[in-house]
Amino acid sequence: MRAWLERQIPKMVLAPSFVAILIFVYGFIGWTAWISLTRSKLLPKYDLHGLIQYKRLLAAPRWDTAMDNLLLFGALFICIAMALGLLLAILLDQRIRVEGVLRTIYLYPMALSMIVTGTAWKWIMNPGLGIEAMVRGWGFEGFRFNWVIDPDMAIYAVVIAAVWQASGFVMALFLAGLRSVDGEIIKAAQIDGIPGWRIYTAIILPSMAPIFLSAFIVLAHLAIKSFDLVVALTGGGPGYATDLPATYMYAMAFSRGDIGQAASSAMVMMGVVFAIVVPYLYSELRAKHV
Amino acid sequence: MSDLSSTPSAITAQTRPGQIALRWLLFCFLGLFALFYLLPLFVMVTTSLKSLEEIRSGSLVSLPREVTFDAWRTAWSGACTGIQCEGLRPYFWNSVLLAVPAVLISTFLGAANGYIIAQWHFRGANLIFSAMLFGCFIPFQVVLLPMARMLGLMGLAGSIPGLIFAHVIYGIGFTTLFFRNFYVTIPSDLVKAAKVDGAGFFRIFWSIFLPLSLPIIVVTVIWQFTQIWNDFLFGVSFSQAGTQPVTVALNNIVNSTTGVKEYNVDMAAAIIAGLPTLLVYVVAGKYFIRGLTAGSVKG
Repeated sequence: MRAWLERQIPKMVLAPSFVAILIFVYGFIGWTAWISLTRSKLLPKYDLHGLIQYKRLLAAPRWDTAMDNLLLFGALFICIAMALGLLLAILLDQRIRVEGVLRTIYLYPMALSMIVTGTAWKWIMNPGLGIEAMVRGWGFEGFRFNWVIDPDMAIYAVVIAAVWQASGFVMALFLAGLRSVDGEIIKAAQIDGIPGWRIYTAIILPSMAPIFLSAFIVLAHLAIKSFDLVVALTGGGPGYATDLPATYMYAMAFSRGDIGQAASSAMVMMGVVFAIVVPYLYSELRAKHV
Repeated sequence: MSDLSSTPSAITAQTRPGQIALRWLLFCFLGLFALFYLLPLFVMVTTSLKSLEEIRSGSLVSLPREVTFDAWRTAWSGACTGIQCEGLRPYFWNSVLLAVPAVLISTFLGAANGYIIAQWHFRGANLIFSAMLFGCFIPFQVVLLPMARMLGLMGLAGSIPGLIFAHVIYGIGFTTLFFRNFYVTIPSDLVKAAKVDGAGFFRIFWSIFLPLSLPIIVVTVIWQFTQIWNDFLFGVSFSQAGTQPVTVALNNIVNSTTGVKEYNVDMAAAIIAGLPTLLVYVVAGKYFIRGLTAGSVKG
């Protein structure tokens, strides 16, 4: 009896966390999924009404803008952050004496809250007193940089701030990857007289494919979840110009009192995340079995 | 994976004069990028030390002619977050009161879970781990509505304990991942030998595993602290006037529409809100990076 009890202890200690995850992750996803199929407005109703909320979502111009913005923002953010991160990693990998200091400088924005980042960049890009005023002060009277208040350009302002925040992190990922490449292969290539840039493009970068994938997953994940940055930098505006699915969901849930829309938009967000993450996890698991 | 300190795999040999010029170009590039990352911080600090008058007349990047700490004083104890004008101070303490227990509880649970999953094999343990891992990836929007209702049912709506609860629940996945990946590297013979000597489940955890765990505890605490301190979504969704964390209060100060826009106060407030995590990063950057890479690249 005692021995049996001893054996059950690990399960009993793990159980509360497991139950919590079951309820608060899986149960709650189920609840949100259910609500997304009802006509819930201010309060949840549980009678199913098919895909009505998803049809409303597709018909809403504001949601359309949010998805377009996500695609544009996500694509630019991921591409620029990856390119910049890789460039910085390769430059830092050239036996730089002050590498530690530079690395610290490139990465510190990642420690900040997106709200802090948004607040700082909002001020820097303020048309009246920020970069625009500064460059005009240098004598370029016609200089214009009013992206944060221009509906067509505001989303690019969000990209700038997001890249500033996350590119150092991509640098750290790539730098670790560069350092893990087998030194012997590189030495052999150098002895064969292969030029440096060829060693990068033909040997080092291809061997870092898994890191490219990880960086992509992390950045895509950040892009889809982007909420605080937009709230702090543009408030989703001007108008709805910089709305993202996350801000749309929040507005529906907490200021518009339309939880049916909030639930369905949250489900779409989760669908997008899983469309990216699941193939990744699947390939990881497969790779381990081979 | 997370070891950045090993020798660079530098490829360019530096012998010819052309290489020296290239070297200078390299340093120029690196320096320019350093400026790009530092400029916002520089602008924040200098703006926070200027008077409003000087901000309006001067340039964005100029140093303050007259250093004044008025903006810092206002940001800390006088700025308006809506109808109240008590500055960031009460909200800063809210964040402390919220982050400390949430970090400790979620780290402790992660350690226990990771210990069990890695060392006490039983059927279904891997399935449980996968289920927890999966929970790390969900966008929190999908649990926001039911969580708000659940906190209401539990009588924790709009309270700091409610926020702690939410952060602990949704932090377990990551903390378990960290500890599990750390503990799988410890040979299972250790547990077997301890069992032979008569040590039980808890004894082995307290006397053998926890003392070994200092590095991963540091990584997890830093990761959780950064996540929770910087959180905005839960803070804005599950709090009410008076219990808001510092990020929400900062956003309210910056976006409050009443009165004159005080940019120096905004910047001082932003620095105050960012200072704790920035300090952690400066003091323990190595562990911060390790957490970031462990969270993204499965060890």
